[in-house]
Amino acid sequence: MPTKDEVYEKIKVALTDALGVDDEDIKPEATLVGDLGAESIDFLDIVFRLEKAFDIKIPRNELFPEDVLTDQKYVQDGRVTDVGLAELRKRMPFADLDDFAKNPVVQDFPNVLTVADMCRFVESKVQVTG
Amino acid sequence: MRWFWIDRFLEFESGRYAKAVKCVSLAEDYLHDHFPQFPVFPNSLVIEGLAQTGGLLVCEHNEFTEKVILAKLPKVEFFCPARPGDTLTYLATIEYQNAEGAAVSATSHIGDRLQARAEIVFAHLNAPWLGTFFSPEAFLSMMRVFGAYRVGHAADGSPLMPPARLCKVSGNGNSPQRTNSPQGEQP
Repeated sequence: MPTKDEVYEKIKVALTDALGVDDEDIKPEATLVGDLGAESIDFLDIVFRLEKAFDIKIPRNELFPEDVLTDQKYVQDGRVTDVGLAELRKRMPFADLDDFAKNPVVQDFPNVLTVADMCRFVESKVQVTG
Repeated sequence: MRWFWIDRFLEFESGRYAKAVKCVSLAEDYLHDHFPQFPVFPNSLVIEGLAQTGGLLVCEHNEFTEKVILAKLPKVEFFCPARPGDTLTYLATIEYQNAEGAAVSATSHIGDRLQARAEIVFAHLNAPWLGTFFSPEAFLSMMRVFGAYRVGHAADGSPLMPPARLCKVSGNGNSPQRTNSPQGEQP
């Protein structure tokens, strides 16, 4: 069982390799898209690296529930509705959505995920110690 | 000119690795512009050759059911130029594969010398409009042209075979049985 620090270090390696960023750019509060420059295809690469590094499976839409953002049931006029926000919170317990909820414009959603969110996500998939 | 950037497979193990060869010839038109009086095989075409080697490896492992596209090159390094007369040996190895795509590591060697090294991410796309451009039969045809069924084998060591469903669809008379002729499978 890895420790939280080991999870963080492995995620750091995955992100530096996938995004070509420097070690020191990876901080818990850094957003994947805004701060680290991740593009949509990078998420596929990141998922490959996390699955391999932690021997886990990450089904499509689990880390980044695009299906919610394209569902008219949850989105109106380019904004996520209250029902949509509730669905996102349910699907992404690892992410802090409070700031996004203040102005839930769909276009801004890709900038929600942080390195700390990634750590919590992986920790929810593997048993961690310490 | 056909968009073939490998000449043939040397080795092919389903789901694991493929080795292919590309012979650089001064007869290839583009070398006279790249560069005048100093022909150099473009690095972008080395990448394309590595991607064709790895892409067909991924396609074959999926039995040609997925539309496999080159999605990303997380890392590429070149160590020396390739010139006319050089024989590039490409080696592509599947590092990871799931339902969404595959990560492949690849190298290009000139003799014993490492010429280039790359990480390649392939994605499986399901967009309906891609159907026009991605026919399983076309990939199967490339596999045959490159001789994959002459040299390839499955993970259990048995000879590599084209999927029976594609042999039936193409109706070209090629049975999935391996031939014993010197030329093996014909395109």
